[in-house]
Amino acid sequence: MVPLSMYLALGAALFIIGAAGVLLRRNVLIVLMSLELMLNSVNINLVAFSSYLGDFRGQIIAIFVIAITAAEVAIALGILVALMRNKATLDVDEVTIMKG
Amino acid sequence: MEFVFFLIFAVIAVASALVVVIAKSPIHSALALMVCLVQVAALFILLGSPFLAAIQIFVYVGAVMVLFLFVIMMIDVREAARVRFLQGGIFPTLVVLVLLGAEMIILLLDSERFPVSATGGAGDLRGLSTTLFTDYLFPFEVASVILLVALVGAIVLARSEDD
Repeated sequence: MVPLSMYLALGAALFIIGAAGVLLRRNVLIVLMSLELMLNSVNINLVAFSSYLGDFRGQIIAIFVIAITAAEVAIALGILVALMRNKATLDVDEVTIMKG
Repeated sequence: MEFVFFLIFAVIAVASALVVVIAKSPIHSALALMVCLVQVAALFILLGSPFLAAIQIFVYVGAVMVLFLFVIMMIDVREAARVRFLQGGIFPTLVVLVLLGAEMIILLLDSERFPVSATGGAGDLRGLSTTLFTDYLFPFEVASVILLVALVGAIVLARSEDD
């Protein structure tokens, strides 16, 4: 039997790796993929707690996370395509039109 | 035996996650992310929730990653791959990440209050769907509306101005 803390440690490791990708990479596409990684690590935690506590609600929230992620990716990639049309760059440093 | 499988899946997941962050080309990142998501689906099966594993494969590997690869194919990514990491100011970010990771690992290892063994009651698909469609019916409908809005929004954002 795998102890629950192993699953949580795996989730923490994936979260840190995803956060490193979001904070350090320049390419917008890879920033988005790292975001997916972080959401997945949270899903691992939710399903692990759901399984170990015998409660459905963790899995239900994980289903909602997956659904909202699909919506988020569709919108983000739509924005990316519109951005590429106006300003041909994938570099997060170059996108400063909102003074961010 | 289960622990061996967990170790295999976890090691491959962490390694492919590192490849996602480190790889030069977005194509390599996308393929590594696909490997990582399949490993997460395998972990869901190991945790006794095959329904979520199927959803993970359908939605992430089937839809989201294909969308990513499609956009990568539409966009010329060759010139963007020259400089991988942000210029300057990497050190504070690394410090923050190390602190965050150390905090999480220490809290996990020191905590005494986790349940020790699986009760195994959460793999029942009938109970899962009953809970989803009774107690969580309103969030479910809201999620469907959000998906519809995302669909319309993506179409509006992605089409060009002149048509």
